[in-house]
Amino acid sequence: MKMKNLLLATVGVAFASSAAIADDMTIVSWGGAYSASQNNAYHKPYMAKNPGVKIINDESSAEAVAKLRAMNEAGNVTWDVVDVVAADAMRLCDEGLAEVINPDTELAKAPDGTSAADDFGELLVSECFIPQIVYSTTFGYRTDKVSTPPTDICAVFDLQKYPGKRALEKRAINNVEWALLCDGVPKDQVYDVLSTPAGVDQALAKLGTIKDQVVWWSSGSETPQLLADGEVVMGSTYNGRLFALIEEQKQPVAMLWDAQVFDLDGWIIPKGLSPERLARAKDYIMFATDTQRLADQAKYISYGPARKSSAPLVGKHAELGIEMAPHMPTDPENAKNTFLYNYEWWADNRDDLDGKFQAWLAK
Amino acid sequence: MSEATSNGPVLTQDGVPLKTSLAKALRREKLRAFLLIAPLLVFILITFVLPIGDMLWRSVENGIVRDTIPHTIESLADWDPASGETPGEATFAALHVDLLEATKEKTHTRLGSRLNYEISGASSMFRKTGRRVKKMKDENFKEQFIKVDKKWGDIEYWRTIKQFGPRYTGGYFLNALDAESTAGGVSFKPEDERIYLFLFQRTIFLSVSIMLSCLLLGYPIAFLLANLPVKTSNILMILVLLPFWTSLLVRTSAWKVLLQQQGVINDILVWVGLVNDAGRLVMINNQTGTIIAMTHILLPFMILPLFSVMKTISPTYVRAAKSMGANDWTAFWRVYFPQTIPGIGAGSILAFILSIGFYITPELVGGTSGIFISNRIAYHISSSLNWGLAAALGVMLLVMVIALFYVYDKIVGIDNVKLG
Repeated sequence: MKMKNLLLATVGVAFASSAAIADDMTIVSWGGAYSASQNNAYHKPYMAKNPGVKIINDESSAEAVAKLRAMNEAGNVTWDVVDVVAADAMRLCDEGLAEVINPDTELAKAPDGTSAADDFGELLVSECFIPQIVYSTTFGYRTDKVSTPPTDICAVFDLQKYPGKRALEKRAINNVEWALLCDGVPKDQVYDVLSTPAGVDQALAKLGTIKDQVVWWSSGSETPQLLADGEVVMGSTYNGRLFALIEEQKQPVAMLWDAQVFDLDGWIIPKGLSPERLARAKDYIMFATDTQRLADQAKYISYGPARKSSAPLVGKHAELGIEMAPHMPTDPENAKNTFLYNYEWWADNRDDLDGKFQAWLAK
Repeated sequence: MSEATSNGPVLTQDGVPLKTSLAKALRREKLRAFLLIAPLLVFILITFVLPIGDMLWRSVENGIVRDTIPHTIESLADWDPASGETPGEATFAALHVDLLEATKEKTHTRLGSRLNYEISGASSMFRKTGRRVKKMKDENFKEQFIKVDKKWGDIEYWRTIKQFGPRYTGGYFLNALDAESTAGGVSFKPEDERIYLFLFQRTIFLSVSIMLSCLLLGYPIAFLLANLPVKTSNILMILVLLPFWTSLLVRTSAWKVLLQQQGVINDILVWVGLVNDAGRLVMINNQTGTIIAMTHILLPFMILPLFSVMKTISPTYVRAAKSMGANDWTAFWRVYFPQTIPGIGAGSILAFILSIGFYITPELVGGTSGIFISNRIAYHISSSLNWGLAAALGVMLLVMVIALFYVYDKIVGIDNVKLG
């Protein structure tokens, strides 16, 4: 009798704990201020609405593609929703590692009834990808170390007028485009030129003119640090990082928005979830990417919401109390001259061009 | 004494032949010994042998092409790329059948990514075609495919598909050796795309430099530690071990603060007047940064074996040498130093092998000229997802370490290595 009770109790505990695990939802993102903004805008309201669900934050987005592939091979996917950049989402979709999402049935409509597909518009770059924000890779410069504030992207290549080191990302993407733009190639022909070996050589030659003055970064947090330390006079990074540096840390740095490159960040749902987890992940996505939620995130970080209908709802920063709209990369004042990044082209040429770029860097 | 014992086999008390009984006891002993090491054996098997085996396997495995488009590969068997013409209608019809199947499972885009490592554009070719393949009419497949993407009419793409048709490939290793297999046979890639051999070379050069600077700095410290009274040497030993207890990342970041152009060392040099403000030294984001930071990190691995070997050298040898007329230098060089060689060997091997596979420190302070082959391997694992190439590079690194180990054994002798 005693034994039976014990057994029953054990089974009960095991059941209860597995039920608890079933209610844990692991959401993967980038960490830092970005995860904090998602926590405030999405996770907290979602958990308030669904008291049983507990969201666990994982900060592995930088290695998400490799880790998801490994999880998939091992047959044990432990992530429920993953935040990735658009290029990674396309790759995950290609590799069959992400679920296809139907925007008409699985995403919320805009308040005025516009379908999600129209609301997101051309930002739905992959059928597995639900965009959240538009961010841009752009330049910041030290206001105290330049005689005249630069307004043109080509200041990066002008060592005469703006001497000092520059921080650039340690990969070909964006750098080769900027180099060609500043070497006289018209904006709409950049990818045509890059498709030829001579065009790649031209871009690398242009970058070669500043190569010994460049500090190459691989993590987005490096440029703000280098700018704050005075190690570089200007550097590229994500606009949200520069916002934090300028507005929160009050460093003598200003934005150079010219030829900023827009990119997207958003959600994917991994393949291989159990039906219940998949349904819950889809429910979360439906909630977290509606018009209000996307606008809410902009209260905490200066990235533009991906829905057209969210833009008018963007308000003031939750702590600093400043208007966020003028700090968005999509603000008309900032977006006078933007560069459109070609996902398809990079998916095709990334491997090849990256090999050449790294060989060029190493020499 | 009975008859049986003098003629038959020797028996134990309970009548079993002694030989059998002994063998049984021995077997039991062996089993017990095996059971004792079994956990370790299983652990090594799971965490060491299997992953390395898997890596070796991945560097040649290439089933994806044949598994995704089997009929196409079959019909390509009698197509000769040298003919200068794209394959015929039958091959395109087979491709249609294969892609219809592949799009159901979405494996066609995976194949596209795989082939894109070999030829740019394969990724979009398969993605685009996958979207249209269902709507194709049952005739003139060749024309329809080329209409969807004109790359289907390019012989180079077909040559690549045929070349990577087999289940196993040496393609990853060719890539890892900066070579490629073209229509004209195997050759080196164009100069501006070669990187791996150069990086291997640099990895060895930097590892040797780090090992030597560890030895130069570590030898006097170990000597000092071994010859001071125990009380003082214990305190000094804590100073050697202290960095061990600090996180690797913290130590590496500390070097960043010290070495950068607006950093502590440069500030002091400018303040003293040794360099002027415009001529601040560049000591980080290059090879200097990597060598300094990694020497600091690996120094204890050199000092500890040296110290434990020096501890065992009796001071009477040097005294004897001096009493027979040797001066300080001769006594050290001819008598003391040869006895420390086993420690130098052990410390050098440790420092060298640890540094050859180092990743995080070169990534943070190495810039572009101070990075190792391991940084490239990490890139292919986590960014480009070209795991086959990463595995091939890993295998080459492994082979290189084993080869160097073999050379070391031939020259110095591995028996000469002593950790204490």
